[in-house]
Amino acid sequence: MKDVLLFFSDLLANPAMLLGIIVLIGLVAQRKPVHEVIRGTLKAVLGFIILGQGAGVLVGSLEHFGVLFQEAFNVNGVVPNNEAIVSLALKDYATATAAIMVFGMAFNILIARFTKMKFIFLTGHHTLYMAALISVVMTVGGLESWGLYIIGGMLLGLTMAFFPMIANPTMKKITGSDEIGFGHFSSITYWLSGEIGKLVGKGSKSTEEMNFPKWLSFLRDSSVAIGLTMLVMYLIVVIVSGQAYLDSYLGAGNEQNMIVFAITQSLIFAAGVFIVLAGVRMVIAEVVPAFKGWAEKLVPDSKPALDCPIVFPYAPNAVLIGFLVSFLGGIVGMAILLLMKADNVILPGVIPHFFVGATAGVFGNATGGRRGAVIGSFVNGLVITFLPLLLMPVLGELSFANTTFSDADFIGTGIVIGTVAQWGKWAIVGVVSVLFAIPFVHGFLSKKQEA
Amino acid sequence: MKKIACICGSGLGSSFLVEMNVKTVIKELGLDIEVEHTDLGSAWPGIADLIICGNDLYENCKRFAETLPLSNIMDKNELKGKLVDLFTEKGIL
Repeated sequence: MKDVLLFFSDLLANPAMLLGIIVLIGLVAQRKPVHEVIRGTLKAVLGFIILGQGAGVLVGSLEHFGVLFQEAFNVNGVVPNNEAIVSLALKDYATATAAIMVFGMAFNILIARFTKMKFIFLTGHHTLYMAALISVVMTVGGLESWGLYIIGGMLLGLTMAFFPMIANPTMKKITGSDEIGFGHFSSITYWLSGEIGKLVGKGSKSTEEMNFPKWLSFLRDSSVAIGLTMLVMYLIVVIVSGQAYLDSYLGAGNEQNMIVFAITQSLIFAAGVFIVLAGVRMVIAEVVPAFKGWAEKLVPDSKPALDCPIVFPYAPNAVLIGFLVSFLGGIVGMAILLLMKADNVILPGVIPHFFVGATAGVFGNATGGRRGAVIGSFVNGLVITFLPLLLMPVLGELSFANTTFSDADFIGTGIVIGTVAQWGKWAIVGVVSVLFAIPFVHGFLSKKQEA
Repeated sequence: MKKIACICGSGLGSSFLVEMNVKTVIKELGLDIEVEHTDLGSAWPGIADLIICGNDLYENCKRFAETLPLSNIMDKNELKGKLVDLFTEKGIL
């Protein structure tokens, strides 16, 4: 009997299994055939495990990078990359993340059903990442167990409806329709870029009326982009810190030529991110269709909030401009931090500057043409360089990971919770409950007005 | 035509939704074609008989297989129109 109990408690304590069980229940509830239930459950669990294994691959490379950067520049170097920080967070916060993710999706459906925020957030990997962020910051703030899962889920559900809402006005301009919402957790910078475009863009022509060299699109392949930028940064860091330091760091008998070391380690990082992404893709492929199915049944007038590449085909030049200018903003921001001798220097993460910068470019172009795209993405680059500094103190031990969250909404949400947490865990409970209640009250009052 | 691959930059959100739309259209046309989705990084020559992607990725995808670019990757009408034209041209419809 004791063995049976141990089986169940160990099973449920394993987050991959927990997620698998939830997917299993979801598939059975949808009356899927047995082979689909087996396939879906297995792939969800497998994906989660693959994701965790990816963390193991990239963590070593990140650690070496951090040590060498510290030696080279005397400050702590941080490379923001959502996949990296989430895979590390999942080591200790996996159960909470899985639970908060499930509750969050349920609350998103609830909010869409009963308030005016009719968005269903379908960008599964961002739901996962935001769940991880919330798990970490709320745990550090003192919440745990069911309190953590429910309050965390409420906040997640709220972000899933709220952030698409602030991106919606410009989103409608971009797509020319009201049918699709925007679901990507850097809406703060996208909204900002849209506003900047309105301010500076009078008379500015669209980015799409320009001619762009086609070869630049090789940067769209994320493995190439991460590999290249990490390689450049690693090379700079080993050259500045020097072969002698590397030898002493690696220890007697392990010496390696510093250039070879830089090439190997930077590509190991890129490899790790690739593995994490493969795992995330597998999990999301099982979770999102189920979520979409439930949402469509329960909230027929809901609007799907979709991933940022949705807007890329509308303005492919703005995509490239946004990326390059945002990246430039990131380099400028990093230079400023280095000159200020800040404790932590945020390095330009290529993936965030790509996806977030590109989107900021499209949003800026929609309201302000070329000027909007350029200024909007430059500001975006600066924001995602400076903002993480405010987040790192509230991440507990993860603030030492040499990587962090890279998109504005994760950072913003973390900063808000972290600040509230200073007044204790009940302050978090109170603030989240109040924020959660507001759209329901608003929705209820509006209905009464219409009646 | 046996297989269609939907490709996007990250292989997570958009390509998956395009895959769902493509599957719906294929079913409406009464055809039997396998559809999958992936990211640009995992694509390889011969991955499918036809690749469908947003027109921002056309340059990247066309070296792997015949590629059908879309202006609005969520627009089922554009998708259906272009697929019908392509399939008619190939004698599949």
